[in-house]
Amino acid sequence: MTDPGKVLATFFVNGERHECAFAPHKTLLEVLREDLQLTGTKHGCELGECGACTVQIDGVPVLSCLVVALEAVGKQIRTVEGLADGPTLHPLQETFADLGAAQCGYCTPGVLMTAEALLRRDRCPSRDTIKQCLAGNLCRCTGYLKIFEAVELAAARLRGEPAEPRKETIHGS
Amino acid sequence: MLRLPTFTFHRPKTAAEAVRIKCDHGNEAMYVAGGTDLYPNMKRRQQTPTHVVSLGEIGELRSIDVRKDGGVSLGAMVLLSQIEAHPYLRQHYPAFVHAVAEISTPLLRNMGTIGGNLLLDTRCTYYDQTHEWRESIDFCMKKDGAICWVAPGSPRCWAVQSSDTVPVVCALEATVDLVGPQGARSLVAGELYRDDGIQYLTKKPEELLTRLHLPAPGGWQASYVKLRRRGTFDFPVLGVGACLWMSGKTITKANVRLGGAGSYAIPAAETEKALVGRELTDEVIAAAGALAMKPARTMDNTDLDVYWRRKVAPVYVARALQACR
Ligand SMILES: Cc1cc2nc3c(=O)[nH]c(=O)nc-3n(C[C@H](O)[C@H](O)[C@H](O)COP(=O)(O)OP(=O)(O)OC[C@H]3O[C@@H](n4cnc5c(N)ncnc54)[C@H](O)[C@@H]3O)c2cc1C
Ligand code: SF4
Ligand code: FES
Ligand code: FES
Repeated sequence: MTDPGKVLATFFVNGERHECAFAPHKTLLEVLREDLQLTGTKHGCELGECGACTVQIDGVPVLSCLVVALEAVGKQIRTVEGLADGPTLHPLQETFADLGAAQCGYCTPGVLMTAEALLRRDRCPSRDTIKQCLAGNLCRCTGYLKIFEAVELAAARLRGEPAEPRKETIHGS
Repeated sequence: MLRLPTFTFHRPKTAAEAVRIKCDHGNEAMYVAGGTDLYPNMKRRQQTPTHVVSLGEIGELRSIDVRKDGGVSLGAMVLLSQIEAHPYLRQHYPAFVHAVAEISTPLLRNMGTIGGNLLLDTRCTYYDQTHEWRESIDFCMKKDGAICWVAPGSPRCWAVQSSDTVPVVCALEATVDLVGPQGARSLVAGELYRDDGIQYLTKKPEELLTRLHLPAPGGWQASYVKLRRRGTFDFPVLGVGACLWMSGKTITKANVRLGGAGSYAIPAAETEKALVGRELTDEVIAAAGALAMKPARTMDNTDLDVYWRRKVAPVYVARALQACR
């Protein structure tokens, strides 16, 4: 049992240990952004209705606005800050930038975390699988098409294929 | 920001300990499974427990067991995404798996549990709003107020049964296990629910749902058809669960439940009667479907037009019956 007031706990985020004191009724989203200063994860609706707050817990994408932080103690948390390998962007980050799959960018961290989990499970997802998988991440800017194309291109590059974006994607048809 | 109110968080390791903590704190305490229903409600101050009893550490609630008779027993804490991915369930319970796959979004299904889905709070346009919104028009009787905004003359609340699995699970006559301070008991799923938007469950608040038992496959065909605005996120505003028992081509028994059409999954009794002893021909399906308009007691407290929702009930029932062929 934990009393109201602050609790001390250790989180594993992007492979690093973070010890922090926080109010025990805080969500993981609030602890990440406010106590660990990891503001890459965005807050949108805070009710499960948009996907902006998506992070991975033990490799599974979940909504950090509906996880009580205490439930994430001792688990491996991965946020968008943990996607790049040092200065090298993750292929998804590269293709999202190249294809214009991020416009205002608010949905992007959540979309990336959902898509990354998909590509670890399915090396060659169909367009339909990608759509289904991203059905919990709203985007108000892109109309989704460039997001789907960017995921497909990243999947191809992760398979080692020398894939390039289609000309129509970059220049229009 | 929409923050959770302060509460004390408990993480018991066994079902018995969870029940004890709940009993110690009475109405001040609530169980939480995946939290995808409770936490949004707490953020909007629709539910305001000061003690939250997490079921996350209780290993005994996490298993999926195939019984000797071929039926399946699921622990209350089994995730919706585990059900979707389970080969045996996919093969033998396609209607149940389909209902699960229609719930919310993939991200929420990685968090939400089957137990939480069976016990989902009833929903209403005037209730599923922030505290400030509800305060601005004055609270309704489901929380903090005295009047019903949907039916102001009504003595009762008409909040809507909105779980996707409940109509199927009731049609299948699955059973559930409950554990309370007085010990364990089992119920046919249909007996778990009441026709009231506030007291929508027959179980006592301290009773913990531990398992769901699906009947052995064979001899029956089930289906689920859902109506909602978007193909994702949205709760059902109509959800038809059907289960038909057959002897050869003849229907010997029929259960048809209408979700999203009242405060519980309403049996379409006339439809059921019109099916028994018949074969599932196009004519029988159309006639049985038409009888489903009357029991659909839609009110103007969900998405989509209230009259239209009632008018399409026959269409959706017919589709559900067709899917049983
Ligand atoms: C944006 C959004 C969309 C959604 N769309 C749908 C939808 O389309 N269809 C649908 O059916 N649901 C939908 N949901 C609701 C919810 O995600 C699911 O119903 C989910 O299965 C609830 O499970 P949970 O484990 O998260 O429940 P919780 O929130 O943990 O619990 C729900 C209720 O059950 C009680 N409870 C939970 N487990 C037990 C137990 N074992 N014993 C006793 N009491 C218990 C809790 O006290 C609480 O009152 C949606 C939710 C959101 C936020
Ligand atoms: S049906 Fe009436 S009492 Fe019930 S939640 Fe809606 S407005 Fe409130
Ligand atoms: S902020 Fe978590 S789903 Fe919108
Ligand atoms: S890029 Fe703006 S919401 Fe997706």
